[in-house]
Amino acid sequence: MLSLLVTGFLASALAPVLYRRFRENFGWIAVIFPLFMFFGFLSRYPEVAAGEVIRESVPWVPSLGVNFSFLLDGLSLTFALIITLVGAAVFLYAGAYMKHYANTGRFFLSIGVFMTSMLGLVLSDNMLLMFVFWELTGISSFLLIGFDHRKESARRAALQALLVTGGGGLALLAGTILLHRVTGSVEISSFYGMSGIITSHALYPAIAILLLFAAFTKSAQFPFHFWLPNAMEAPAPVSAYLHSATMVKAGIYLIARMNHEIGGTPLWQDTVLIAGTATMLFAALLAFGQTDLKKLLAYSTLSVLGTLVMLLGIGSELAVKAFFIYLIAHSLYKGTLFLVAGTLDHETGARDVMKLGGLRRAMPVTAVTAALASFSMMGIIPLVGFIGKETVYKAILELEYWGVFLIAAAVAANAFIVMITLFVGFKPFWGETLLTPRPPGEAPLKMLIGPALLAVLGLLFGLFPGVFIAVMLQQSALSILSETLSLKISIWQGFNLVLLLSFVTLLLGGVLFLVRSRMPERLLALRAPALLKPSAWYEGSLRLLSSLARLQTRLLQNGYLRNYIIVIVVTAISLASFALYRSAGRFVLEPAVAVTFYEVALAFIIVVSTVLLITSKSRLKSIVALGVLGFSIGIIFVIYGAPDVALTTFAIETLNVILFVLVLYRLPRFLKLSRSSNRVRDSLIAGGVGVFMTLIVLYATSFELSPELKRFFAAASLPEGKGRNIVNVILVDFRALDTLGEMTVLAIAAVGIFAMLKLRTRGRA
Amino acid sequence: MYSVILSTASRYLLILLLLFSVFLLLRGHNEPGGGFVGGLVAAAACALYFIANGLEAARKIVFFDPLRIAALGLLLAAASALPSLLLGNPFMTAVWIDTGIAPLGKVGTPLLFDLGVYFLVLGVTLTIIFSLAAEDRRS
Repeated sequence: MLSLLVTGFLASALAPVLYRRFRENFGWIAVIFPLFMFFGFLSRYPEVAAGEVIRESVPWVPSLGVNFSFLLDGLSLTFALIITLVGAAVFLYAGAYMKHYANTGRFFLSIGVFMTSMLGLVLSDNMLLMFVFWELTGISSFLLIGFDHRKESARRAALQALLVTGGGGLALLAGTILLHRVTGSVEISSFYGMSGIITSHALYPAIAILLLFAAFTKSAQFPFHFWLPNAMEAPAPVSAYLHSATMVKAGIYLIARMNHEIGGTPLWQDTVLIAGTATMLFAALLAFGQTDLKKLLAYSTLSVLGTLVMLLGIGSELAVKAFFIYLIAHSLYKGTLFLVAGTLDHETGARDVMKLGGLRRAMPVTAVTAALASFSMMGIIPLVGFIGKETVYKAILELEYWGVFLIAAAVAANAFIVMITLFVGFKPFWGETLLTPRPPGEAPLKMLIGPALLAVLGLLFGLFPGVFIAVMLQQSALSILSETLSLKISIWQGFNLVLLLSFVTLLLGGVLFLVRSRMPERLLALRAPALLKPSAWYEGSLRLLSSLARLQTRLLQNGYLRNYIIVIVVTAISLASFALYRSAGRFVLEPAVAVTFYEVALAFIIVVSTVLLITSKSRLKSIVALGVLGFSIGIIFVIYGAPDVALTTFAIETLNVILFVLVLYRLPRFLKLSRSSNRVRDSLIAGGVGVFMTLIVLYATSFELSPELKRFFAAASLPEGKGRNIVNVILVDFRALDTLGEMTVLAIAAVGIFAMLKLRTRGRA
Repeated sequence: MYSVILSTASRYLLILLLLFSVFLLLRGHNEPGGGFVGGLVAAAACALYFIANGLEAARKIVFFDPLRIAALGLLLAAASALPSLLLGNPFMTAVWIDTGIAPLGKVGTPLLFDLGVYFLVLGVTLTIIFSLAAEDRRS
């Protein structure tokens, strides 16, 4: 599986090159890639169906427990098949749809990377590996939402999605680390059977909340749902693929995958149930005011995601069955409808449902495809959506306490979904013909095959539920609940309460459609107060963050060099003084060696040049005084037998003077500009630094330094470092990594100075 | 302020100082010296030439963009870590080859590393000096 993923990333990298070469027929080439993957996974179907769990592991960073370990069981195989199949439809479609965009090659690169990382995510057995892929899907989603990067709204939506899901990704990482503390492993398969240990551990609530936070942000659960409708800025194939069929299901996959080891507690089940139900209901209600095709679909996607999460919250056998069927059904019909919406936009130039109508004659194939998918979405027999909805209702009715409320919520939400379907899947094609910005025509073949394939699959799965779904359901249930199901899937369950509820749903949906069609627009202009909108919280926290950054910058980095120095110096002194103060008792204030004549003379020169440096009225004199100061210090090094340091000091002092001359040459005349209060403050700080450094030196010399280091380096320098100059051997061999780090800093500083000077001059010119 | 004496002297001094800097670099492993001081001396030599003959002439003598010299230095230093990785040793373990030729002696990755330090220091210092000088002339 690792080789498959590597191939995926390589193929994605090739996309821009190939696109330039085969622009016209790129869709047909691109589709090979997901199809190849699809058949690759399909070939493992017999093994998995027989109950085998395929594992594969290649060490990556074994010391940290990070391995390329993969797990192919019913759950991950189902996801992998969905990802690759919908991927194939989308790739082919995008070949035609994206033709008029700029940078289409880059689009295929991003979407290829997305598909590969999404596969990696669902196949990962290692949670840290999963985290890597999790973030990769987030990044490729960012690039794809912001694909039209000249549009400000697209950039904002991309950033919003990245921040929200990226924050969730960090929670996933934190949760993984905590899980490691509890179990000592990050391999998901090693958690099997540890459920008791994990759920009774003191860290369990933190783990559960962190993982759920990750899942809820990724799968756009309330109150993190707001990024998904905004993500509709992306081109239609992206919406179909990432934001309905695959990526937004990653969070749900995480919940399902973690269910058997972390689930089962009231905390987990109730949180999941409540978040799912809230999302299901609110998203459906919010859809009511929308008229944009893609926004309508986005809200219905949110509602379905909520339903799926709710089912996992219920967690019964029947709920898992409903979850599984609904998951497949949704990927098939929603992928189709998003692509149909893209086709409508592409062929007519309009995305507002109120402006579309009667297109069935102009676009017959699209109309039939849309109808087929819509039937599945509304839950009409004999499509797979029907089985999905029936099972959902049945799973809810099984509940004792909450059953009545939940069923009411589910019927209401589904009625809204029926309304959305009528608007998206039927209204544009039937009824009176409306004038569109562009004369409508049937889409090219490439844009018809994909959606039609998915829609037909929805029908086939409905007619023959025993062929694929039932088999995979058994295996997935093993992964989610770690038990086998005793349930059969069939499309016709007879006349019962559930069927009645289905009829009620359809009826209600129809009524809603009629009400909404005739409703005056100004009624819809009513908006919820900002305080109640989570997107407003997001905006608010972003504003808070940037104002905090501004405040901090104004305080600490206000552009005055002296301020930076003051901040750095004062911080350093205060922190180090504290440490020094705590060990104040260990000072030995006697001079360790007898003072010689040279030292006294040098000290005298240093003091005189310092006084000169401070009091001088001429800048040149100050520089010279500074140079004298530096050279005197260099001589001290000579006296104490450190020729290396002395040599370096001399060289640096020489260059320092040159640099100072270059800088000072062009400064204004040497004037007294600062106020006397400032000068007092500066002299206090400077004096403080001096006193502090003196204390440090005294402190350092009052200890006998550990002779071991000296002895080691003296002994090892020649045999191991092949050099007699200990200082240099330390610099370039023993501690070469430190030196390399310092070199990097130096190089960055040089680039910084270069850029600062060049940009300044250009800005002025 | 152009001085014929300084200008003439700087030409000979430049060569001498550069040789000296290489000398410092090479002997650094056994005696006081090393890439850092060597680089500084080389930079000082170029700075002297610049003071005597002006920026254009100095740029011509240096020939390469100083920032690229710095980048080259960093690259050399980083490259000196590669042999240890390829041999499967801990990162940055020194690798020595005994050439057997008397004046060369043993050659190893630390020499490459020190050469990197030399070029980096030279490049960084010259970048700073040249940028400041260019800015100076502009205003």
